[in-house]
Amino acid sequence: MLDKTAENGEFKVIGTRPERPDGVDKVTGRARFGADMVMPGMLIGKVLRSPHAHANIKSIDTSAAEALEGVKAVITAADFTADVPEAEYDTMVNCIAHGKALYDGHGVAAVAATSRSIANKALKLIKVEYEVLPHVTDVEEACKDDAPLLHDNIFTEGLEETPTTPSNISGRVQFGHGDVDEGFAAADKVVERKFRTEATHQGYIEPHACVGNLSPDGTGELWCCTQGHFMVRNSCAAILGLDISRLRVTASEIGGGFGGKTTIFIEPLALALSRKAGRPVKLVMSRDEVFRATGPTSSASMWIKIGAKNDGTITAMEGLLKYQGGAFKGSWVSLGCMTAFACYRADHMKTVGYDVLVNRPRAAAYRAPGAPMAAFAVESVVTELAGELGRDPLEFRLQNAAKEGDQSSYGPKHRAHGLMETLEQAKAHDHYNAPLGPNQGRGVACGFWFNFGGQTSTSLNIGADGTVNVSVGTVDVGGSRASMCLMVAEELGVPYEKVRCVVADTSSLGHNDITDGSRTTFSSGMALILSARDAKQKLCARAAKIWEIPEDAVEWVDGHARPAGPNAGEFDPMSLAEVAGKAETTGGPIAGHHECNARGAGVSFATHMVDTEVDPETGRVTVLRYTVFQDAGKAIHPAYVEGQFQGGAVQGIGWAINEEYIYGEDGRLQNAGFLDYRIPVASDLPMIDTVIIETPNKGHPYGVRGVGETSIVPPMAAIANSVSAAAGVRLTELPMSPPRVLKAMDDAKA
Amino acid sequence: MRFEAPTTVEDAVSLLAAESGMARVLAGGTDLLVQMKSGISEPDLVVDIKRIAALHEISEEDGGFRIGAAVPGIALGEHAGVKAAWPGVVEGTELIGSTQVQGRATMVGNLCNCSPAADSVPAMAAAGAIARVVGPNGSRDVPVEDIAQGPGKSTLAKGELVDSVLLPARPDHASDAYLRFIPRTEMDIAVVGCGVNLVLDANGTCTDARVALGAVAARIFLVPAAADALIGTSVDDAALDAVAAACSAAATPIDDKRGTVEFRKKVSGVLARRAATIARDRAKGTA
Ligand SMILES: Cc1cc2nc3c(=O)[nH]c(=O)nc-3n(C[C@H](O)[C@H](O)[C@H](O)COP(=O)(O)OP(=O)(O)OC[C@H]3O[C@@H](n4cnc5c(N)ncnc54)[C@H](O)[C@@H]3O)c2cc1C
Repeated sequence: MLDKTAENGEFKVIGTRPERPDGVDKVTGRARFGADMVMPGMLIGKVLRSPHAHANIKSIDTSAAEALEGVKAVITAADFTADVPEAEYDTMVNCIAHGKALYDGHGVAAVAATSRSIANKALKLIKVEYEVLPHVTDVEEACKDDAPLLHDNIFTEGLEETPTTPSNISGRVQFGHGDVDEGFAAADKVVERKFRTEATHQGYIEPHACVGNLSPDGTGELWCCTQGHFMVRNSCAAILGLDISRLRVTASEIGGGFGGKTTIFIEPLALALSRKAGRPVKLVMSRDEVFRATGPTSSASMWIKIGAKNDGTITAMEGLLKYQGGAFKGSWVSLGCMTAFACYRADHMKTVGYDVLVNRPRAAAYRAPGAPMAAFAVESVVTELAGELGRDPLEFRLQNAAKEGDQSSYGPKHRAHGLMETLEQAKAHDHYNAPLGPNQGRGVACGFWFNFGGQTSTSLNIGADGTVNVSVGTVDVGGSRASMCLMVAEELGVPYEKVRCVVADTSSLGHNDITDGSRTTFSSGMALILSARDAKQKLCARAAKIWEIPEDAVEWVDGHARPAGPNAGEFDPMSLAEVAGKAETTGGPIAGHHECNARGAGVSFATHMVDTEVDPETGRVTVLRYTVFQDAGKAIHPAYVEGQFQGGAVQGIGWAINEEYIYGEDGRLQNAGFLDYRIPVASDLPMIDTVIIETPNKGHPYGVRGVGETSIVPPMAAIANSVSAAAGVRLTELPMSPPRVLKAMDDAKA
Repeated sequence: MRFEAPTTVEDAVSLLAAESGMARVLAGGTDLLVQMKSGISEPDLVVDIKRIAALHEISEEDGGFRIGAAVPGIALGEHAGVKAAWPGVVEGTELIGSTQVQGRATMVGNLCNCSPAADSVPAMAAAGAIARVVGPNGSRDVPVEDIAQGPGKSTLAKGELVDSVLLPARPDHASDAYLRFIPRTEMDIAVVGCGVNLVLDANGTCTDARVALGAVAARIFLVPAAADALIGTSVDDAALDAVAAACSAAATPIDDKRGTVEFRKKVSGVLARRAATIARDRAKGTA
């Protein structure tokens, strides 16, 4: 697939840093986000949420709310049929509780009214009779035999024999190769440790918001803030029993998603309310609702053991990972298991994972879902083991790094990738040799993510003036429209400014998978390059028609059709605008399309390096310096690649130091707001330096790899290694908040 | 809900006294509006005091400064006289929120909100600041540490408001400091706050001191034992150790989402020591 590379000096606009097409709108406030849509006759919806972590819903009396002037619809689980495909059933039950509230914040009923204050009043008039049940929010507690049981129809899958008693452990997975016992027997040094991480939220600045409008004839439209509007369409259509072609979903601009907007929370409720009220309904979550009811990541309990010979060769790596996924199956523990040791080569590897249910909101994807916690544990042990062997942590990693052809921890053999180069560049960087002051420490860590391709459909239309519109079905979360325009401009040989990209609605393109798996620049980019090549072929055919020569006698070079060789005839090259200007008389509009299930996504590796200082009297951690080294394959728009590197590092800093879900004894979330859920503020951070490494991915025409997720994999481990060095004690729990760090230091002294 | 914006303190007091439902004073609104939006507070009457010209004044009084209830943080921070005399009170007030919040938030609102974590109050209490309370029955002067009864609950009677706060006159070689502990660098709430105010004689011996702690009890409070540990010393290491020990002992925090008992008691001492050092160096003119 790879057919253009920088080495060949072939790129003209790829690798430049033009302004993003959505920039002016976003800076001036013209950009329309989820909550900006207004429709005629629109009602305001509100959701009533469970105050209990675990409770049977004995009855719901909505009569007083329905009687309130201005209330146009009230819905409960009774307004949804049970006849929903299995794949969507949990999603529906997560949106609105069916018989049982499974976590604090679980939706129980919803209202639509003519104003927000009436809707709020109506919520207070809904009488819900709860039978409060014992609850469990801790992953280890939930695994115990006497733990409160969330579902009586879940039996641990993946065991040799399926058990007959239900369990909060919904599944067991195992990955690896070789025989770890043999590997540890061959080791001279073995380090093993236990680790814990708390759940964190994606923390996107824009709360979930949508407007649903469902007509009595079963056709509907939905405007919403999401990472994947085709997913929204398919899920909502299934839950509401609609033909997917009858529901048109338009994605708004998005104020961040990070994986948290890859599923639905309020959209089917807005549509169901609209169906009942016969009017459009807007639903906007408050921040409190976002924290209590949308996807945090898993909290985890892990055990890691690694052995090596005195010469530094790793002989065996073993891990046990327990992740809670909230009140439903699907914690991404298997991805944690697959990625845990992906940076290394060892003859013997084994990871076992447990997917655990607790009374917390259903976990949603968060950037490289499942990988960062595992990397925190593994990379902590790798650094500790290097120390025990008296080895430099980067050299130890270089010695054991997975290379092309090595058996990976997750199945296939490694293809060419840039891990070694991230390590080599890290070692050579002046950051690595800069002096450190008192109470300061330096940490390094590596990280891996698979990246994904998936179903993709794009189209490209050429205007009569030679300007180009492209349509993609992948939501632009991180500046991808700029990258799309760059790739099309490169391929057609026209200036970047002549290409405009829109995210088209679900009725305008074939199915597109969600913007997730770091897939958008890779797969929509690939589809657009192929759409452009399709269009170029048609442009050549039009020129051939004009020149009255055979189609294959025309080639497309530097934005012009020209005769392919001396035998083709003597014609002046025609620009895109010239060919397009004659389209009406040569066969009508000129367009290009491509539909595919994109394969060949290239993995991405990173090495992070961080210096921190620990206040010995308070345990407070200051991040002093941070450098990211990551393989991008090919950076289409380097500024947005750097932005992804920096953003991942910053979210990782938050996860490492202060962010955590805090549950009270009552099973209720204690910190459902940005005051006490502490994401870093700008002044908490140093500039995050970046080094882009380009080891082309052979599965993409320009060598692109996804970059959006790998960057959050190493930070917690790199910071833990740095803080442990600064504090003089190994930190094994996240977040490394001041009370925890101070206690660890005091305990170590005692 | 009714909204009123009177132009005199007397009118404000009459409105507050006459309301049969719940009445609230609105100064900068940076607490009140947040509470109203989140449904924590649903007043029937809101009385905006920002139209009362007198409350915008910072005036000199008996060698000290009287600060009106509508003076926002940003105006206090720009007042050279207050800054020179009471740098600790000013830095406590300036820690509130961001630049945008500073344009609105008042020190008196911070006081009357009665949060145990209020950032300007420990420094005010250490300063010996006196709040002037005006009500239907006239006015009374109250030490700022007596304004709060508990979290979110004040000792003001119905119809009363705080009209201003008096920061007293300053002898030579006197200064103050405020420090708070937050996990982040800004936009956060104090996990521990400590204000230290001290007076030195010409030889550098401490002749008077007041130390106040915030966020480690239901109210902001003075720690006389810590003040005693300073008085009569040159604020040397031994005295600072004693201040730290006194503050750690006096703190009665709870375990909550913001920190453990153990952590807060320890950090109370750490901050007291650091704040006392800064106040000492300021008083000596070496800071
Ligand atoms: C983003 C943000 C960040 C913040 N950061 C901090 C921080 O770092 N530290 C901190 O301590 N606080 C912080 N706060 C809280 C708040 O800004 C402060 O408490 C501020 O000083 C309140 O002053 P105000 O004038 O806005 O009070 P208002 O909101 O107007 O009033 C607060 C309360 O006091 C009452 N009140 C006000 N004035 C009077 C009066 N004269 N007489 C009687 N009652 C009165 C009101 O009725 C209300 O109950 C923050 C708030 C926000 C929104």
